[in-house]
Amino acid sequence: MRFIDTIVQGVLLGGLYALFAAGLSLVFGIMRLVNLAHGDLIVLAAFLILLLTSALGLNPFLAALIAAPLMFTAGWALQYLVLNRTLGKDVLPPLLVTFGISIVLQNGLLEAFSADSRRVSIGTLESASIAVGQLNVGLMPLMTFLSALAVIFSLNQLIYRTALGRAFRATSDDIVTAGLMGIRPQRVFAVATGLAMVVVTIAALYLGTRANFDPTSGPSRLIYAFEAVIIGGLGSLWGTLAGGVILGVAQTVGAAINPEWQILAGHLAFLAVLVIRPRGLFPRAVD
Amino acid sequence: MTAMLETRGLKAFYGDFQALFGVDIAVAKGETVAIIGANGAGKTSLMRAISGVLSSKPEMVVYRDEPIGALAAPDVLARGIAMVPEGRRLFPSLSVEENLLIGAYGRKGQGPWTLETVYALFPILRERRNNPATALSGGQQQMVAIGRALMSNPDVLLCDEISLGLAPVVVRDIYAAFPRIRETGASIVIVEQDIAQALKVATRVYCLMEGRVTLSGRPDALTREQIHQAYFGAPCHALH
Repeated sequence: MRFIDTIVQGVLLGGLYALFAAGLSLVFGIMRLVNLAHGDLIVLAAFLILLLTSALGLNPFLAALIAAPLMFTAGWALQYLVLNRTLGKDVLPPLLVTFGISIVLQNGLLEAFSADSRRVSIGTLESASIAVGQLNVGLMPLMTFLSALAVIFSLNQLIYRTALGRAFRATSDDIVTAGLMGIRPQRVFAVATGLAMVVVTIAALYLGTRANFDPTSGPSRLIYAFEAVIIGGLGSLWGTLAGGVILGVAQTVGAAINPEWQILAGHLAFLAVLVIRPRGLFPRAVD
Repeated sequence: MTAMLETRGLKAFYGDFQALFGVDIAVAKGETVAIIGANGAGKTSLMRAISGVLSSKPEMVVYRDEPIGALAAPDVLARGIAMVPEGRRLFPSLSVEENLLIGAYGRKGQGPWTLETVYALFPILRERRNNPATALSGGQQQMVAIGRALMSNPDVLLCDEISLGLAPVVVRDIYAAFPRIRETGASIVIVEQDIAQALKVATRVYCLMEGRVTLSGRPDALTREQIHQAYFGAPCHALH
């Protein structure tokens, strides 16, 4: 029974990692941009939610609803004004620029919010749980996982069922020919990063309510997000969810054996997947 | 003849490399113009410059009295000039139908071309609509590329090397669609290495060599000798 409990907790934790990773996966899939500031953007969104809840007394879910369009706008502007200029044949400029943004964000947040560790309070929901058979499942972890499913399902619907999604895929395939179709890649990329920031806001809601965070928490979130994306295979969103779940399960199983092994077990699972399937579990056919 | 689309002293560059050295062509409404020339003559560069993929000075390309030489490709498309690029360049992540639909992304106007009329033009595409575009034969892929360009209901259709790498019988099928496209009143500019094919469909022909126009005229007014001279830069007896 304890074993099943461990697995279930791991799967639910994987939902959180999938949320961390979905935005990264979306952006990478469309424009081959590796955003090293992704983790810091999650932390930025968490502080934004914290600010809205503490200053206006809003419920965290409502605060996230308000933060989402703000983050969309920020992401749109970041892509349109800055990151678009770094895209090209050379992979180094986007890495350097997003690395720089990561440092700027961390120090900006440190200046604005101090180094104190924070948490967004959600009252009784924090410890609420529901009984499934003999298992007790935390309501927040369950909601996190369901949100991850909903996010990835919605993104897939968007990508495979809408005109915007077609433009995403076409631009990702061939940017010059996309221009001949009347697609403006700069705008498509800006919308994609805006959407990624909406996902980041959802991730931040669960990060901020389930764990402590401080201005320097970003990079460790980035690592998990990266690992989830790589395990799943670059560019595949369902793969990213699978990657998150594998990471989550590896961590909880590791922790069940020895609490010190939690983080290590996750990284070992990541390395094991890299050895067996270097391109991840569900790599895109076209790359 | 009043030209709808004109290039005036068009020069085009790839970095330091100059591909076009002052090209003048004119296309009237409803006309089919063929651009012929050997490899490296600048035919594709001319297409890329008109469609906005290659940027030039504004007044070097004039469309309906508007200088469009410096416009980006989406802005050129929005004005009604669509291109079937060399090598088809279908989107591998998109199905046949999605490739057609994306052709209308930047120009959603009224016009004769819809999914239905494109399928009526190339019935085989309806059968293959849900296949990945790249799973089709070369000829079918070329039909998708033409249909995709038509979906924007262009007033000028640029076709770059649509017979390249295709069997003659397939080329014939594809060119069979051209009278129907012409019926809609669209002007067509085709780049063609197959001189006989070009002379057959075109109302006027331009021959390019080394980035310059070396000959132009109505197909029936040009002699074999003249074309050889313009195409290879040497009289035809010099080749034998």
